[in-house]
Amino acid sequence: MSVEIAELNSKRSMPPIQFGEEVSGAETLLRCLILEEVEHIFGYPGGAVLPIYDSLYGSYFKHILTRHEQGAIHAADGYARATGKPGVCIATSGPGATNLVTGIATAQMDSVPLVCITGNVAQNLIGTDAFQEANITGITIPITKHSYFVRDVRDLPRIVKEAFHIATTGRPGPVLIDIPKDVANAKAPFYYPEEVNIRAYRASLVPSDEEVNTFVKAISSAKKPVILAGGGIIAAGADKELLAFAEKTRIPVINTFMGLGGFPGVHELSLGMPGMHGSYTANQAILQADCVIGLGARFDDRITMGRTKEFAPNARIVHVDIDPAELGKNVATAVTVAGDVKSTLQKALPLVSACDSQAWIDQLKEWQQQQPYKYKKEDGVLKPQAVIELLYNTTEGEAIVTTDVGQHQMWTAQYYKFKHSRSFISSGGLGTMGFGFPSAIGAQIANPDRTVIAVVGDGGFQMTNQELAIVSQYNIPVKVVILNNQCLGMVRQWQELFYDNRYSEIDLTCSPDFVKLAEAYGVKGLRASTQEEAERVWAEALEHDGPVVIDFRVAPAENVYPMVASGNTLDQMELGEE
Amino acid sequence: MQRHTIAVLVNDQPGVLTRVATLFGQRGFNIDSITVGGSEEAGLSRMVISTGGDDQQINQLMKQLYKLIDVISVTNLSANPFVSRELALIKVSASPSQLAELNGIVEPFRAAIVDVGPESLIIQVTGDTEKIDALLILLQSYGVLELTRTGSVAMTRSIVPADAAATV
Repeated sequence: MSVEIAELNSKRSMPPIQFGEEVSGAETLLRCLILEEVEHIFGYPGGAVLPIYDSLYGSYFKHILTRHEQGAIHAADGYARATGKPGVCIATSGPGATNLVTGIATAQMDSVPLVCITGNVAQNLIGTDAFQEANITGITIPITKHSYFVRDVRDLPRIVKEAFHIATTGRPGPVLIDIPKDVANAKAPFYYPEEVNIRAYRASLVPSDEEVNTFVKAISSAKKPVILAGGGIIAAGADKELLAFAEKTRIPVINTFMGLGGFPGVHELSLGMPGMHGSYTANQAILQADCVIGLGARFDDRITMGRTKEFAPNARIVHVDIDPAELGKNVATAVTVAGDVKSTLQKALPLVSACDSQAWIDQLKEWQQQQPYKYKKEDGVLKPQAVIELLYNTTEGEAIVTTDVGQHQMWTAQYYKFKHSRSFISSGGLGTMGFGFPSAIGAQIANPDRTVIAVVGDGGFQMTNQELAIVSQYNIPVKVVILNNQCLGMVRQWQELFYDNRYSEIDLTCSPDFVKLAEAYGVKGLRASTQEEAERVWAEALEHDGPVVIDFRVAPAENVYPMVASGNTLDQMELGEE
Repeated sequence: MQRHTIAVLVNDQPGVLTRVATLFGQRGFNIDSITVGGSEEAGLSRMVISTGGDDQQINQLMKQLYKLIDVISVTNLSANPFVSRELALIKVSASPSQLAELNGIVEPFRAAIVDVGPESLIIQVTGDTEKIDALLILLQSYGVLELTRTGSVAMTRSIVPADAAATV
């Protein structure tokens, strides 16, 4: 039975909730989810969650049955990143729960709000090594923002309320609720708490006037200032504030990988991405700046290259972050503001004036002209960078683009100039292969009218391509762009550069025919091996009113440049060939 | 590497000790000793943890601890004058005939012999870590058969210098 994506997004009226009625734990959970305004659930049933799936039968929710729990959690993650609303997924006990682990860690590293619900064996079996028993709360302690094991059905409403609050406030993150089967079956009168009361938890952090004044003073005299805008801009919904702040102060903006889209990539003050595969200009800006202003960025090792003492050697570093533990964690800072970046910028905006930065901006523009991202064009060879340029030009930077991890991810970050927040969805922190395709499904379900492109490699796609079943089932029109270089490209690049061309276990020439694979699932499959073919099949894919898999056969030995090798500083950039 | 004593006030919930201990491991810290017990408020427990690191590292550890939902407060006791006590039970190889001699050793430490057997006896001692270490050295010549120590319980002194806040 084919269900159209339109139906997945049809507005259903929320069913009336009877308070005080004696209901099961499973029913209690679903009522709580309704009251949290959840509409879509990504999940996979199993023994321990049978009571929950029984309550789901014929219910208000639109449940998407992925073909693997990892697909479910990455889809929930893509849904959350595309909307800012919490993603919800359900898995059964034991292997169902452990299949969520990679997805939970992915969300934790990138501060994505998720509520993950797992079943567990009944409490009288806990600790007996029962069938499909796993201590999932224990396993996930280091990779969740918080987790709950529900011992009593009467605690469940409070726990669900707290879980959504914790997942979505402060620095967002994944929260896990583990519900043993006896609790799902036990009955209690339904209630839902109006308020959350978690002692010593900082749901929001508005900086004091004094902190904001210090912040403003620290940047006002800068001649060569640069903003390093991270994922926190997007999480806080502070993109408009950042735009106003940068334009008023005339401070150029570098977007970290996680921050791409938080400031328009086409803006005259945009310098692109810094770090290992960042732009020449962004890295030069960090090296020469007299003031680096980190806004919701965490100065991770793909930007500092682990050489934290030599990072931004001429600059005072000013750092604003909602997580006080990030302040001073990686780099030494001159001024710190523990606060939500949106309210910080709102409070600072009336106090700031234009910096004396025109000479600096002129210098940066000169570098941008001298050293743009570049690659060598060859006749008859399809270059992966050219495919990303094609995607960008045809969608005018308006699409939502998700990626896996590796070379294609870096080329997407370099050549697709994101104009909007929540448009670039990629596993930046954990670097999870297999993330791109399922996260695109979640993003598309949340945005049925936008073009959603999953840029994947031939390696990563094979980690989660079973989800072709659901794009087919629900006619979810994700465009899967495989940059197929027949090998694990980023590993190949490192083996070429640092392991003397010893190409160890990177050969993917025995991959399936991706066109036939798509067709086996009832999905349109296309292929291109030259620039002309690429332009033609991509136009056809965009026209097609449904999911498409496009196998772009790209140059196998292409490397990502610029590149700063691990252990080097940002001034040691390999720029690649003309 | 400096030694630090940190007090962590936590919700008395199942699994909280695991969360705190896991965080130490995750962030690359070793727990030298840990004591957990009740606090002045019902429903809250206080953990006193000894660990090592420079000031920047300990500051980072405390901030990460504070992010745990079940953690109410984190205090670096060793940032200010503080009182620290440990209890140890030491089983020493000795016969009853050596009682008087051993009493002469333990009395200056305000320790006590709390059990006597034909071939061994048990000494109970409380005090700071250094005092217990000192007594142990004196007892080595008799042969220490068994040793159990609690780790420190500790609190900041009532009068501390101004501007010495050490809580995140």
